[in-house]
Amino acid sequence: MKIAVCIKRVPDMDVRFSIAPDGKSLTPGDLKYDISDFDGYAVEAALQFNEKQGPGEVVVISLGPDAAQETIRKALGMGADRGVLLKCDAPPFDGAAIAQALAAELKDGGYDLILFGRAANDTGNQSVGPMTAHVLGLPCVSAVSKLDIAGGKGSAERQLEGAVESLEFPLPAVVTIDEGVARPRLPSLKGIMAAKKKPLEVKPAQLGSVRLTIEKIELPADRPPGRIIGEGPAAVPELVRLLQDEAKVL
Amino acid sequence: MANILAFAESRGGELRKVALEAVAAARQAADATGGGEVHAMLVGAPGIGAKAPQLAKAGADVVLVVEHPALGNGNPEVAAATAAARIKAGGYRAAFFAASAQGKDLAPRVAAALGVSLASDLTSFALSGDALTGTHPTHTGKIITTILLTGSPAIVTLRPGAVRVTDQPRAGKVEALSPAIDPASAKVVVTSVGSRGEAKLDLGEAPVVVSGGRGLKEAANFKLVEDLAAAFGNAAVGATRAVTDDGWRDPSTQIGQTGRLVSPDLYVAVGISGAVQHLAGMRTSRVIVAINRDKDAPIFKLADYGIVGDLFEVVPVLTEAVRKARAGN
Ligand SMILES: Cc1cc2nc3c(=O)[nH]c(=O)nc-3n(C[C@H](O)[C@H](O)[C@H](O)COP(=O)(O)OP(=O)(O)OC[C@H]3O[C@@H](n4cnc5c(N)ncnc54)[C@H](O)[C@@H]3O)c2cc1C
Ligand SMILES: Nc1ncnc2c1ncn2[C@@H]1O[C@H](COP(=O)(O)O)[C@@H](O)[C@H]1O
Repeated sequence: MKIAVCIKRVPDMDVRFSIAPDGKSLTPGDLKYDISDFDGYAVEAALQFNEKQGPGEVVVISLGPDAAQETIRKALGMGADRGVLLKCDAPPFDGAAIAQALAAELKDGGYDLILFGRAANDTGNQSVGPMTAHVLGLPCVSAVSKLDIAGGKGSAERQLEGAVESLEFPLPAVVTIDEGVARPRLPSLKGIMAAKKKPLEVKPAQLGSVRLTIEKIELPADRPPGRIIGEGPAAVPELVRLLQDEAKVL
Repeated sequence: MANILAFAESRGGELRKVALEAVAAARQAADATGGGEVHAMLVGAPGIGAKAPQLAKAGADVVLVVEHPALGNGNPEVAAATAAARIKAGGYRAAFFAASAQGKDLAPRVAAALGVSLASDLTSFALSGDALTGTHPTHTGKIITTILLTGSPAIVTLRPGAVRVTDQPRAGKVEALSPAIDPASAKVVVTSVGSRGEAKLDLGEAPVVVSGGRGLKEAANFKLVEDLAAAFGNAAVGATRAVTDDGWRDPSTQIGQTGRLVSPDLYVAVGISGAVQHLAGMRTSRVIVAINRDKDAPIFKLADYGIVGDLFEVVPVLTEAVRKARAGN
């Protein structure tokens, strides 16, 4: 199959964030970057389909600054065949604007399957996949926890609150990947070496108009510092008392 | 004065709680912009229209009922196309969906069909003449982003629990609407919706969540967590990824960055270290209790009440004490 995977370079969430003086962005010095979690799952899923089902091509596409080439190289190191960087200064917050640019790149690609992450770690918008599908006029299944492809057709499961939804759809299609489908492999040393020679095309991003912007960002209110109330079973009566009298949750 | 649409989510012929929240949010938005009408859209198999009075009670002036035999399991393409067509024809200023599994799937489709943008997963919002602002937890909950959405209609998904539902009875005049596309023409087909048959309370809605981690040592020991949850009576059971990865628990119960987000009144972490990816899913819980034998476990930095100890000793005693406390009430 010819599979495209849209991957985003996002800040690593494992650091202490601080707010830059503009009040709208994170202090750059604090940040490390990596591929967004679900996008890593999506790359892995694409690689596994082609490993199981015979030859194909996995193309990774990222919209972002030059530095997103590192993110693309990581996916190439995992085994993707080639990459495309749709270059812009910084991706807008508006998924609709990004969807236009991704769709312009995907439109004539002849892909059987186009994969996205369920949501980007930074925006949490969960919008770019289904919006891109709409622009492309392709069927879309979002947030799948299970995905099978056979004979030009797909079947998937989605986790609803307290229930599982099963779906079927024809290819080509857009699918966004949730927890459950695949865990990303680490690029091997050989993979990383090979990735350096794989094609990576850079083009300007044709973003759509931006109507969703960031007014300001803030750190959430700090929780009071944690408190250890005791040790072992002997602490249970005190815990129950606190839950009843102080927290009033029991 | 602007009319506002609320998408009233249902499953298996029943309204979901978030349906009423969408109506309540639409009511707020309509009242804040001059007292326009709230129109709730209800999509389902024939008979779903019987739920209209509940929507009226929460503030719907009109209930748009889309009934079709093929819509019992939900049909994302039909629901999105029908909502988009109505939003356009009705000239609504805004449309509210729940940031639920269904709403997060539909809203981006609707926004794209209307050629507008989407504000996702808002925990608060304010609608004015030409803009909507709102707060959205981003960066796995480590940042609160205030967004500005311009253009009309404003398409919004609201985080479950963001809006309180109160009685604001309105006429709830029922208006029948046809699906905008033939359900038989949809490319994506929902073949079944299977209830997981587990406890009725969904993790996202339970007032108490009791979660277990690798400290439980093996799947069978989750009985301890289930018993504690049962003692609370209103609790759902969650898990860490370490545990769902090992197949001890269903993946749908994973709490965290790549799992479910929960924000209960009480979160009890049993044998959980407190990795950032886990904290991302539960850090906004009102009260956090942790039981862990390692006093340096990161979960204790967050826990309002921590007990250092062997969970196999502490949890049975706690379960008994909770049972007694509730029986005494
Ligand atoms: C991309 C990515 C996404 C992830 N997403 C998630 C996610 O969504 N949710 C999630 O949970 N994790 C997620 N993780 C995994 C996360 O990093 C941790 O590995 C995981 O949360 C650890 O689970 P745990 O606390 O059960 O296990 P451990 O970290 O192994 O902790 C077990 C704890 O049990 C305690 N313990 C052991 N025995 C006892 C005893 N007898 N009595 C009392 N305490 C005891 C130990 O002291 C320890 O603190 C993600 C990781 C990555 C890389
Ligand atoms: N700048 C980007 N470049 C490539 N893919 C992206 C970009 N932004 C979002 N995506 C894709 O869309 C998914 C959902 O993003 P979002 O709608 O922002 O939550 C991500 O997991 C990616 O697969």
